[in-house]
Amino acid sequence: MSTQERVAVALGGIAHKIVPQRDDALVVEIDAAAALTVMTALKDRAGFDTNVFVTAIDRYPAEPRFTVQWAFLSTTHNDRVRIQARVAVENVHVPSITSLWPGTAYSERECFDMFGILFDGHVGLRRLLMPQGYDHFPLRKEFPHQGIEPDRLYREWDRARRERSPLRSESQV
Amino acid sequence: MSTRIPAGMSLPAGMTPPAGGTSTRTFEYAPGEIDRDDPLHGELMELNMGPQHPATHGVLRIAVVLDGERIVKADPDVGFLHRGKEKTCESLGWRKFFVHTDRLDYLQPLMNNCAYALALEKLAGMQVPERGQTIRVLLMELSRVMAHLIYLGTTSIDLGAVTMFFFTFSERERIYSLLDAYTGHRMNNTYIRMGGVYADVEPEVEREVRAWLNQFPAKIDEFEKMLTGNRIWFDRNRNVGALTPEQCKAWSLTGPNLRGSGVEWDLRKKQPYSGYESYDFDIPVGTIGDCYDRYAVRIEEMRQSVKICQQALDRLAVTRGGEFLADDRRYVLPPKGLVHSSMEELIHQFKIVTDMALPKGEAYHAVEASKGELGFFIASDGTSHPLRCHIRAPGLMNVQAIPVIAEGRLFSDMVSIIGSLDFVMGEVDR
Repeated sequence: MSTQERVAVALGGIAHKIVPQRDDALVVEIDAAAALTVMTALKDRAGFDTNVFVTAIDRYPAEPRFTVQWAFLSTTHNDRVRIQARVAVENVHVPSITSLWPGTAYSERECFDMFGILFDGHVGLRRLLMPQGYDHFPLRKEFPHQGIEPDRLYREWDRARRERSPLRSESQV
Repeated sequence: MSTRIPAGMSLPAGMTPPAGGTSTRTFEYAPGEIDRDDPLHGELMELNMGPQHPATHGVLRIAVVLDGERIVKADPDVGFLHRGKEKTCESLGWRKFFVHTDRLDYLQPLMNNCAYALALEKLAGMQVPERGQTIRVLLMELSRVMAHLIYLGTTSIDLGAVTMFFFTFSERERIYSLLDAYTGHRMNNTYIRMGGVYADVEPEVEREVRAWLNQFPAKIDEFEKMLTGNRIWFDRNRNVGALTPEQCKAWSLTGPNLRGSGVEWDLRKKQPYSGYESYDFDIPVGTIGDCYDRYAVRIEEMRQSVKICQQALDRLAVTRGGEFLADDRRYVLPPKGLVHSSMEELIHQFKIVTDMALPKGEAYHAVEASKGELGFFIASDGTSHPLRCHIRAPGLMNVQAIPVIAEGRLFSDMVSIIGSLDFVMGEVDR
């Protein structure tokens, strides 16, 4: 049974669409709200045991703007599948799949950090690579490559540190 | 075709491994469970390990909560080396990003080059000539040996075997000299291009590589004499940080960490690329998945890499003088001599350097890097600027697994665990 047939059987009853891609991978587009149901079916019925990555693509100015991508690998059947869902910028909510694969926790945190995609049900969804308290989502297309106020947080931390210091003088502040 | 290596099976002749399970230390603590007999048991203490701690192999910070010497909670904090590589790719373009892939896992730059090139070739639908593929395989295997040597040296220096560090680094330095002769750079080679490799090499260089390969297995025996049967090494690694195959898959671990747990999974065998299917080599797998098994797997992988390199050199001798770069003027720079004499070629060169576009679509390609599955997921909208380039870094998943196996264990095991999971922060933080 080919990968496509196996996935079709596993996803029986759930709305999905096969998207042809330039690489030979199987890409399935689903509704974002159904993500958890789809992933459960993939894991339990299609034998996809490893999550490879979770990421997003910002297709600005196309609407809906984001495509969230999940890639899975089956070590028993030796094949891969990619699942994608379109998400609008007004409603960036996607179910978290950390209950199925705990190892997606960092990938989802990174996706939130870079794109601002909110993974519902993720315990401890916070920034992974950028510092806590950062205001922007760097991989969104409107974010410039040179950064926005790249040193603001450092100036704030520095000021807070100096205010804590008993040796501060007026000239330092 | 796999060799299952029980602990210490690859010992040099005349050596016996120490018997397992004789250690007086007990390890059976559930994560978070408190050792009430520990005289240091009492208030929880928070300890900040890193980002400048030498045993964290880079700028990794781990916030550890300790009860006595027992780890109650460990929380890795990454991002100190974040340089925005994925964003950089979007603004630089496909071709100019090659130099940045070197700086991801900077212990194996050629492997990163190759993974990126393979993803681009998949999206563009390009074929690489046979000699180009063979050179790539040779360089990827040398990179793997190099990265494993770093693992071996740094992990053993963390666990007190300082001499090992000099042994492995002197060998690594010799590989650097070979790469210098082969690619023109010691580090950050950027030798691999879309469609093949940058240049062909002289036969003398290949003879030097072969001479190095011939003496290297004896060096691996030396490393093993130092460590495999070493009581301290054994006690600090055996039964420490064991991972079951199910845990590995749930936590997205790949590469030697997955194989250490006994799963026979190697992309070079299962989903071959660059002609790996035609090479004769074995996949070493461990039995119980602890730090010692991961060590044994990496030692055996170095031997297998030598075997692959020798086969690659044999093929290079046969295909000498053949094509090593695809002849495709959409993506491959024309030879410099033609650029100076032909208007058409000058235009090609100009177009490739300024705005090389890939066809619209998405592609993912993964290679078996020294730390696991290194993949590039790329999306193009048909223009010269990439829509998205996601780097699937195996190191990030390895960092994520630290709390899974460290919680509930002694703090001194943290160093073994960090070392044996093997990651490089350049790749984790991107």
